[in-house]
Amino acid sequence: MTIALKIQNLTKQYDNGFQALKHIDLEVEEGDFFALLGPNGAGKSTTIGILCSLVRKTSGSVSIFGHDIDEDFSLAKKQIGVVPQEFNFSQFEPVEQIVISQAGYYGLPRALAVERTEKYLRQLGLWDKRHVAARMLSGGMKRRLMIARALIHEPKLLILDEPTAGVDIELRRSMWDFLRDINAKGTTIILTTHYLEEAESLCRNLAIIDQGQIIENSSVKNLLKTLNKETFLLDTLEAITQAPKINDYVLRKAEDHCLEVEVEKGQSLNQLFADLSEQGINVLSMRNKTNRLEELFVSLINKDKVSEVVA
Amino acid sequence: MSIQEQWIAFLTIVRKEVYRFMRIWMQTLLPPAITMSLYFVVFGSLIGSRIGPMEGFSYMEFVVPGLIMMSVITNSYSNVASSFYSAKFQNSVEEMLVSPMPNYIILLGYLVGGSLRGLAVGLIVTLMSMFFTDLNIHSLPVMIGIVLLAAILFSLMGFLNAVYANSFDDISIIPTFILAPLTYLGGVFYSINLLSGIWRDLSLLNPILYLVNAFRYGILGLSDIDVASAFIGVIIFVVLLFLYALRVLNVGQKLRN
Repeated sequence: MTIALKIQNLTKQYDNGFQALKHIDLEVEEGDFFALLGPNGAGKSTTIGILCSLVRKTSGSVSIFGHDIDEDFSLAKKQIGVVPQEFNFSQFEPVEQIVISQAGYYGLPRALAVERTEKYLRQLGLWDKRHVAARMLSGGMKRRLMIARALIHEPKLLILDEPTAGVDIELRRSMWDFLRDINAKGTTIILTTHYLEEAESLCRNLAIIDQGQIIENSSVKNLLKTLNKETFLLDTLEAITQAPKINDYVLRKAEDHCLEVEVEKGQSLNQLFADLSEQGINVLSMRNKTNRLEELFVSLINKDKVSEVVA
Repeated sequence: MSIQEQWIAFLTIVRKEVYRFMRIWMQTLLPPAITMSLYFVVFGSLIGSRIGPMEGFSYMEFVVPGLIMMSVITNSYSNVASSFYSAKFQNSVEEMLVSPMPNYIILLGYLVGGSLRGLAVGLIVTLMSMFFTDLNIHSLPVMIGIVLLAAILFSLMGFLNAVYANSFDDISIIPTFILAPLTYLGGVFYSINLLSGIWRDLSLLNPILYLVNAFRYGILGLSDIDVASAFIGVIIFVVLLFLYALRVLNVGQKLRN
């Protein structure tokens, strides 16, 4: 299997002395859909900044599809497309020009640049806006413009930093479908996100970074297996005055028509429903209180903080 | 990147820069045309007719080369300073920094873009001047050579100004407080032979004096300084500033974290 991204012993210390990355090692395989998760200020954007050369690393090495970013920077850069967190295009330029110019920076002949610009602007629903100055676009359109721009040289590795931040649900879902599609066609994708539902839904593998260190690196499936406990919300027909007491289950009243229950891994739910029914409570629907990955994420980040306090 | 790809990247920046100053021509091409016409009317026709000949030429003939050079200098400078700072301010400079194009292509692209604006304005001002006086060119190679060098030199300075600027104020401070005084005292309106002692010696430290006089030599065959030395001096400045600007880009100063 080809390695799309290999990070070895990567560190970054900013001029003010802040150590943003502390000896990070990471590998992402070709074709993967990979999530880089972590709280704010954990080092995600610094890592991405180093990959696309906007941030200078302090030490360590990074290679993209076998091309070292220092020794073979031109070939390494050709493999990457980046969609940054903040809008970083000229607000006054027309949409079409922004994308065509980006193609030019990668050395694409003009005819090909024009052809691909049409292709990606159409795919991302921006073709009708091609003559509009970028500042006139909505937030979601601006984000899609950055995706079109990042894909114009057809990179093998696409990096997205918070691609769906501030994007409405409908657009987020259509963006997910688009990303799934290009991943299925062979583009390796790395994304950072705050929406863990997004990571769970899209990604196969993930790394969690906290305080400049990778504290978890595994497949989403394996990580979810480690979840020992899930919290469910039960919507009830009857109004709840007090949480019922049922053996082996911890129940709490969440709202007037909603109960919260913690279920251990491997614990059956049949008995719970039977006992609730016996007590005259009819359950209308059931859902997870939070996204499963989110539960794990919070517990991992908190565990890290607790161990730091103890130390 | 192959040579052909680099050429495409270079042309992309140049095209973008030309498109930018053409799109906002009301801010870039029109004002210097109006300002310089006013100079021609006020200094050349109205006041100039009372000043009398300067070094054997009518005042209008004397002042035209200086005013053309002044337009080239200020417009080359301000084009790169405002365009590159604007790219930095909007973070759109990252579009270039993440791409595989080498830094010297970015630098050359902006230099040529800025120079083209300077030369375009220079051409407009030259055409305007023809309404007021006849231009007889003494040496075309000198005239073209020095105007190209001046455009590149001040594009380089504008680029460095943009890199180090932290606000839009910073890109107007140098043109207002350094460039304008040096230009006005750089022999555009008078021959330094009119000055005596220390003022003449101090004027010889002004780099713009050499550009104005070399350009005037190209048109009128008249110069206060040695034209060959002016060429050598300007070429040395261009090379040194180019290498410095390239180093700033390579290190990523003020551009990469």
